[in-house]
Amino acid sequence: MKRLPVNLLIGAALVLLVIGAAALSLIWTPHDYTEMNIRGKFGPPSELHWLGTDQLGRDVVSQLMAAARNSMAVALAAVLIGGSIGTALGLLASAIGGWVEDLVMRIADIGFAFPALLFAIMLAAVFGPSLTNAILAISFINIPVFARVARASANQIWTREYVTAAQAAGLTRAAISRDHILPNIAAPIIVQATIEFAVAILAEAALSYLGLGAQPPAPSWGRMLSEAQTLMYLAPQLAIYPGLCIVTAVLGFGLLGDGLRDVTDPRLVRER
Amino acid sequence: MAYFLFRRTLGFVLTLLAVSVVVFAVMNILPGDPALTILGLDATEDALAALREQLGLNDPLLSRYFSWIGNALTGDFGISHSFRVPVSELIAERLPMTLSLAVAGMIFTVILALIMGIGAAANHRKAGDWGVMFLSQLGIAVPAFWLSMLLVLLFAVKLRWLPPGGFPGWSDPIAAMRALILPTVALGLVQSSVLARVTRSSALEVMRQDFIRTARATGFSRQRVLWRHVLPNALVPIVTIVGMQFAALVTGTIVIENVFYLPGLGRLIFQSIANRDLPTVQALVMLFAAIVVTANFIVDLLYVVIDPRLKARA
Repeated sequence: MKRLPVNLLIGAALVLLVIGAAALSLIWTPHDYTEMNIRGKFGPPSELHWLGTDQLGRDVVSQLMAAARNSMAVALAAVLIGGSIGTALGLLASAIGGWVEDLVMRIADIGFAFPALLFAIMLAAVFGPSLTNAILAISFINIPVFARVARASANQIWTREYVTAAQAAGLTRAAISRDHILPNIAAPIIVQATIEFAVAILAEAALSYLGLGAQPPAPSWGRMLSEAQTLMYLAPQLAIYPGLCIVTAVLGFGLLGDGLRDVTDPRLVRER
Repeated sequence: MAYFLFRRTLGFVLTLLAVSVVVFAVMNILPGDPALTILGLDATEDALAALREQLGLNDPLLSRYFSWIGNALTGDFGISHSFRVPVSELIAERLPMTLSLAVAGMIFTVILALIMGIGAAANHRKAGDWGVMFLSQLGIAVPAFWLSMLLVLLFAVKLRWLPPGGFPGWSDPIAAMRALILPTVALGLVQSSVLARVTRSSALEVMRQDFIRTARATGFSRQRVLWRHVLPNALVPIVTIVGMQFAALVTGTIVIENVFYLPGLGRLIFQSIANRDLPTVQALVMLFAAIVVTANFIVDLLYVVIDPRLKARA
C-alpha cells in the first residue's frame, strides 16, 4: 500500500482532536461552562481547573470544549448550505451550458466581490447581530466557490464516453447529472468542502470576535478572545488558549483538505 | 487590444452595477421598513413618518435605487442618521487612515513574501524551504485578530515598545507611524504567508526552464539569476494573488481597525451598525465591495502589461 501523505495524517489527527473535544462536550465537560464563581476569578491552572478560570470564575477548559462544538456546528451548517446550493448551481450550469452557464458563472463572480465579513455586516445592520446571520453570511460566500469547482469538474465528466452512452440511451440531463456526473465529481467537492470547513471556522471566529456572531452566553472561541482583549494586562493567558484552539482546528482541516487532494488527484502532486 | 479593453471594462461596469443591486436589495428590501429598523420598535408614528420622508422611502423602490446610484456617482451618499452629517464627509475623514493601513500592509506583504518565496525556491528541499513552508502553513491558520492580540501582548503589554492601540493623528508623524507598526504587521503577516507559497511554486516552475540554466551557464551569479531572470518570469501568478490580496487587505482593515481602535472606515462601519445607521452602512459596504471589484479589474489589465504574450490571446 502506498504511504499516505504526511499532511493528511497530521490533519486527520488534529481534526479528530477537535471533533472529539466537541463531541465529548455534548455529554461531559469538566465543569458546567456557564457556572460562575466570582471569588475564584482569574484562577491559575489547578487540578480542579486545568487551564484556570476566567474573569467570572468560569472554567476555561469547559468553555473551550463547548466553543469547539459551536465552531464545528457553524462550519458544518455553512459548508452544507453553501456547498449544496453551489454544487447544484454548478451542475445546472454544466448540464445546460450556453447562456445559462454564462449567467450562473457571472453571478458567481459577483458573489466573490462580497467577503463574508461584508455580507455579515449588512445582515447585522438590518436584523441585528446573531449567530444565524453569521452562518448565512458564511454559507453565502461558499456558494460561488462550490459552483465553480462543480462546474469545472462536471464539464470534464460530460465529455466522457459513458456520459455520451447515457445520452444515447435517452437519459435526461437531470438524470445524467444525478447518476453519473455527481458521483464522479464527489472527490473534488469533498476536498473543497474540507478546505472551506477551515475557512468557515476562521470566519466564525472573526465574526464572533467582532460581535457579529455568537452572542453571550453562547460559547465561542472568537467571543472568548474579544472578552480577553479588554483584560490583557490582567490575565494575558486568557488571550492565548482560544487562539490556539482556532489555529489547531483551521490547520487540521486545511492539512486534511490538502492531503485528500493529493490522494484523490495524483495529477496535482508535483514537486512541492 | 481595444476589444480586450472594451470587454474587460464592460464586465467591470456590469459587475459594479450588479453589486450595487445586491447591496441595495439587502439593505432596503430585507428590513421591510428601514425606518423601523433605524428607530426601533418604540418609535412614535410621527417620527417614523418623518424619517420615511427624509430617507425617501415613500418613493417607488426603483426610483430610490436610481437616485441612490446617481447620487453616489457624484459622491453624495446621503446623510448619516447617527452623525447627522453627509456620509461622504465621514468617509473623507476616515479614508486616509484605512488606505494608509492597507497600502502599508500591502508593501509589507509583498516584500516579506518575495523574500520568503524566492528564498524558499532557491533552497528547494532544504531546511530553509521547509521552514518557510511550515511558517506559511501556520500563517494561513492564524486569525489576523488573534495575531494582533499576540503582538500587543508582546510589544505593548510585556516589552512596552509600542502603543497597544489608538491613533494620535498625523500631526505627530513619529507617534502616528509607531501606532501603525503593529496593525501593519498583523495585517500583512497572514497575507504574506499565502503570497510566499505562490511565489515559491511559481519560481520553482520557472527555475526548471532552459533559459535559467543557460543564464547560469553564461556565468551570471545565483542571486542575479534569481532576482533578474526568475522573478520577472514568475510574476503573473504572483500579481493575480496580489490583486486578490489587496481586496482581502482592504476588508482586513475592518477587523484590524477594530482590534487597534484606529479611526478608519472599519471602525465607522461598526459604529454605524451599533447606531443602526443604515445609509452609512450601505455606503460603506458598497465602497468596500467596489474596491474589491476594482482591484480584480486592475489585475486583469496588469496581466497584459506584465506578459505581453497574453495580449495575443486576449
